[in-house]
Amino acid sequence: MLVEKLMKDVFVDFIRENLQKDERIMIIDADLAKCIGSYPLEKEFPDRALNVGISEQNMASVAAGLASYGFIPFITSFGPFATRRICDQIMISICYARQNVKIVGTDPGISAELNGGTHMALEDIGVLRSIPHIVIYEPTDNVEFAAMLPQIRDHVGPVYIRMFRKCPPPVYKEDEKGFDLFKAKVYKEGKDVSLIASGLMVSTAIEAAGLLEKEGISAEVIVCPTIKPIDAATVIASAKKTRAVVTCENHNVMGALRSAVAEVLSEECPTVLQSVGVKEQFGEVGKINYLRKVFHMEAADIVAAAKKAITQKI
Amino acid sequence: MEYSELKAFAREVRVNIVNSIASIGSGHIGGSLSIVEVLTLLYKKHMNIDPRNPRMAGRDRLVCSKGHAGPAVYAVLAEMGYFDKSELLTLNQNGTRLPSHCDMNKTPGIDMTAGSLGQGLSCAVGIAIGARQKKDGARCYCIIGDGESQEGQIWEAALFAAKMKLDNLIVFTDYNKQQLDGPTAEINPLDPLPDKWKAFGWNVYNVKDGNDLQELDAAIIAAKANVGKPSMIIMNTVKGKGICFVENNKGGCHSMSISCEQKECAINEIRGAIC
Repeated sequence: MLVEKLMKDVFVDFIRENLQKDERIMIIDADLAKCIGSYPLEKEFPDRALNVGISEQNMASVAAGLASYGFIPFITSFGPFATRRICDQIMISICYARQNVKIVGTDPGISAELNGGTHMALEDIGVLRSIPHIVIYEPTDNVEFAAMLPQIRDHVGPVYIRMFRKCPPPVYKEDEKGFDLFKAKVYKEGKDVSLIASGLMVSTAIEAAGLLEKEGISAEVIVCPTIKPIDAATVIASAKKTRAVVTCENHNVMGALRSAVAEVLSEECPTVLQSVGVKEQFGEVGKINYLRKVFHMEAADIVAAAKKAITQKI
Repeated sequence: MEYSELKAFAREVRVNIVNSIASIGSGHIGGSLSIVEVLTLLYKKHMNIDPRNPRMAGRDRLVCSKGHAGPAVYAVLAEMGYFDKSELLTLNQNGTRLPSHCDMNKTPGIDMTAGSLGQGLSCAVGIAIGARQKKDGARCYCIIGDGESQEGQIWEAALFAAKMKLDNLIVFTDYNKQQLDGPTAEINPLDPLPDKWKAFGWNVYNVKDGNDLQELDAAIIAAKANVGKPSMIIMNTVKGKGICFVENNKGGCHSMSISCEQKECAINEIRGAIC
């Protein structure tokens, strides 16, 4: 059952299957292969599963060189080291040089838990989002992720995958279909407020929609796994219907989902917007439920933001 | 191929560099002139390439990691027939295919984009791994700067290339001992450079005069025969080589203006050297 798997195992199983059938696929780790689960691949495919050691900059540019030779390298590390630490290598070696490299950054936001502030990527999407043509994708759950991975492989160009490692809360049923890397999905229709959510916050937004329903407020839930390019059409259609939007993300509210939604709305469909996510704070050590409290990322926070947005409707 | 023929080619490359940089009025002339000999040897003698088919499968690759030496690479590519020599006069002009730093998506014959120092060597490592994986017999050549060697990523790549035993990777350090802010020995010393690369597990050649075709050629021939390790050829070069007023500008010639009068003077000096 997909829903019972660790998300990292969904990734590693996909890579293993593709290493077997596609000579172009490579994976490069930077001494976190045992954490990410790709370590056995280095024994199974010694020529195409490499470990550069703790040298993420080198990893990114080596991958660019391999991509220039026709390979499709997936590079992996914890989120902060796969993004902010190697931002220039992603920018120049990969994106500016137009190389087909897939970047996997694990443990998004507060899911870094006990590794704490140094390992808690709350700005990774913001760091990358202004780079032209990079695709930024944050899986919602295993069912969606398994459907998106082949699309990511087949998309010619850099993709950042902001991957949870553990077993994520299930959102979709095993047989859910119709996933498109470049489309947001209307999970639940509603008419009073739009909750636009990504990653870990999708299940929280669904919970919040249930709480709102009990209070007679009809919330639409939009799952937005691809933050760049944002699915503007779906965002605008929902905003036009409800005239109040709340973004819900496991990231600093600057630079990622809220910013992408705000940019679309302010230019195309000015709409009241509230946000739930980390606000001007660094990460810290803690279990996920504690961190949700600290950063105001619980269902109750979404409920409060939704009510505020509704009262602000023009 | 006779060295006299290679010398004549190198002279024309220098003239091309001066013409292209003078056409826009200024540019990275010092570090372009210092690598003319290695580019001449690679493109005229050693690399398996086809100027009529710049993306030929299995071709040898060059990564000019010191990407600001684009004008030198373009000068050679034009001389080899990758594009018309007249295009050299579009260097850095609006809409050009010849930007100051090498761009693989713009210029026929450029194998890797570079410009943010330190990254090209890692890209070359990736290319060498790719070539080995595809078993197409291709080599990857890479030119790094001495100032560039102050970047940490160079040494990340050095460790990894040795681990991977990339004997199809031959790297050159343009050791002209000048960088933008002054002598490398003052800004952040690199010596003993050969010992450093040896300690990183590389096969190292220290070419006393990196602007001497014969001496440099011997090192390349030896490096190509080497098995089991990547090779580093340290070229002790002169920044601005071949033009007195550029050489005398030392670190200042990293990027400098070239007037029409200076251009004529420089070309006379380059051509005069054959008399």
